Amino acid sequence: MAVEILKENYGGKVITVEIGTGETAVKVGGASALPFHSFEGDVGHRPLIAYEVLDALPEEPPVSLQAQLGAVWEDPVKWALHCQNDLKARAVALRLVSTDPDGQDASPESAAETVKKVLDAIDIPLIILGCFKEAKDGPVLKAAADAARGRNCLIGKAQEENYKTIAAAATSNGHKLIAFSNLDFNLAKQINILLSQADFDINNVVIDPTASALGYGLEYTYSVIERIRAAGLVQNDAMMQPPMFLDLASVVWKIKEVKASEEELPEWGDLGERGVHWEASTAVSMLMAGAEILVMASPRAAQTVEKSVDQLMG
Amino acid sequence: MLLIGERINVITKAQREAMINRDPKPIQEMAKAQVDSGANMLDINIGPAEDDGPELMDWIVKTVQEVAQVPLCLDTTNLDAIRAGLKAHNNAWGRAMINSTSGETERLNTFMPVAAEYQCDIIGLCLTGSGLPADANERAAIAVDIMGKAMEVGLPVENIHLDPLVLMLNGNQDQALQCIQAVEMFQALNDPPMKTVVGLSNIANTAPAKMKGILTAVFYKMLVDAGLTGAIIDPLEKEFMEVVRTNDPTSIYPADQVEKTVKVMRGEIMYAHSYLDI
Repeated sequence: MAVEILKENYGGKVITVEIGTGETAVKVGGASALPFHSFEGDVGHRPLIAYEVLDALPEEPPVSLQAQLGAVWEDPVKWALHCQNDLKARAVALRLVSTDPDGQDASPESAAETVKKVLDAIDIPLIILGCFKEAKDGPVLKAAADAARGRNCLIGKAQEENYKTIAAAATSNGHKLIAFSNLDFNLAKQINILLSQADFDINNVVIDPTASALGYGLEYTYSVIERIRAAGLVQNDAMMQPPMFLDLASVVWKIKEVKASEEELPEWGDLGERGVHWEASTAVSMLMAGAEILVMASPRAAQTVEKSVDQLMG
Repeated sequence: MLLIGERINVITKAQREAMINRDPKPIQEMAKAQVDSGANMLDINIGPAEDDGPELMDWIVKTVQEVAQVPLCLDTTNLDAIRAGLKAHNNAWGRAMINSTSGETERLNTFMPVAAEYQCDIIGLCLTGSGLPADANERAAIAVDIMGKAMEVGLPVENIHLDPLVLMLNGNQDQALQCIQAVEMFQALNDPPMKTVVGLSNIANTAPAKMKGILTAVFYKMLVDAGLTGAIIDPLEKEFMEVVRTNDPTSIYPADQVEKTVKVMRGEIMYAHSYLDI
């Protein structure tokens, strides 16, 4: 007797969001089934891994990243070109860390200049991230959005305190928006409602539900992603149907497991490998939960995850 | 329906100062206002009152019952103050109530014998030391422990009002339905059915002020439909008391908003502060 596979029918569908222009533009989202449940429905577009590029290096860059990126990371343009041409990245995420008021405190104009140089050099889609300080990100992302006009970038992260400024800058320059909420799906929905009420098109939003590294709250992020996706697909909640964006690079490379030396912690093995495995494991978990866009720092980790995606997409 | 007015409370400044100064006027005015608005029991929350608990409770019980002909719900963790309140309480208008014991062993061992000694009522809060109850079943299991202790010390289970522990909707959305289901389950634990009570305002904690009314009203109605017999409420909220009177939230709020709020309570629509706007 043939076994009939029980299939769930979902009423909702993840919104398809396109970033970039021309032949290299990338679409994400579009799924009408849970992640990789190809037996139940359309799994949508391939998840996007964006390679992180910093406009200024931290004082002590992680050792295992140095081996992979040390030759280019002094210059964001070279770094971005390396991602595009050598690593075959489908997108770059430029993080404007120089603007951090607790660090270099670079001006919005200087950040915009960097954005322009990077965009002049690369064809692939660009994600533009601020320093993640609410007050500074408003003017910085506004200047960056102006500089990137017409390139259909993804900018953020817009938070409860600054979403109006950033959303307006995205709208007037034709960009997409990252809406951030801090591990709180009720707040994620609320921000999307507020954006809609401010006349920002929900079809141009991606949700950042807050990334966590493996061992540092990954399971909470996992549950929040699942809950958002279930609301979008099962309950057909329009505010919960944008694709999800997870900024792994910003959390994975801060933890002691990827930084502590081998002398300090010999039982954890080769430092060069540790961070790569940590970021890759975190990334695959996020994809299984339902993430559509990942920002990753380690090219080797990113390539490992691309292979997993090949298998998962069948 | 047992409607326990919550406004005599050490948390509010005017009431706290009146308690400290032993000034009867603000307390008696608040007592009368609540009874006039429909409360048929008054909660007397004096906080931990570590210095003068028994003396304060004795004074406040007599002060309130001078002007309000209702039984009182003695709300403090100070057991000596509870005893003093029970001694002072005038039972002519009904039995006093202790607010509260939980399912914690230490609390059961200390508060339940006092309830038995005075044969008063007691709220049994379905909470233990090991974290919040996950669902209706866990609440019912704690309820059974509370009832068991009552039988052991000689308090009729008819004197217990089981409280399923209302959690705020924002952040615990699935718990709203679990509370409602717990109220249904509690009744089946005894014949005649167990009495139930909730601290209602918790449901709307952290919600914007303009949302508190409809959230509270709809949750109340759903609990009443599940068999709820008592609630700690603010009787000075006129719109809420109108919902109590009509037993119908649509007497105050638009039907489509009530329907949406029911779906939020049931977990069919994800909660967000502005869920009514979309």
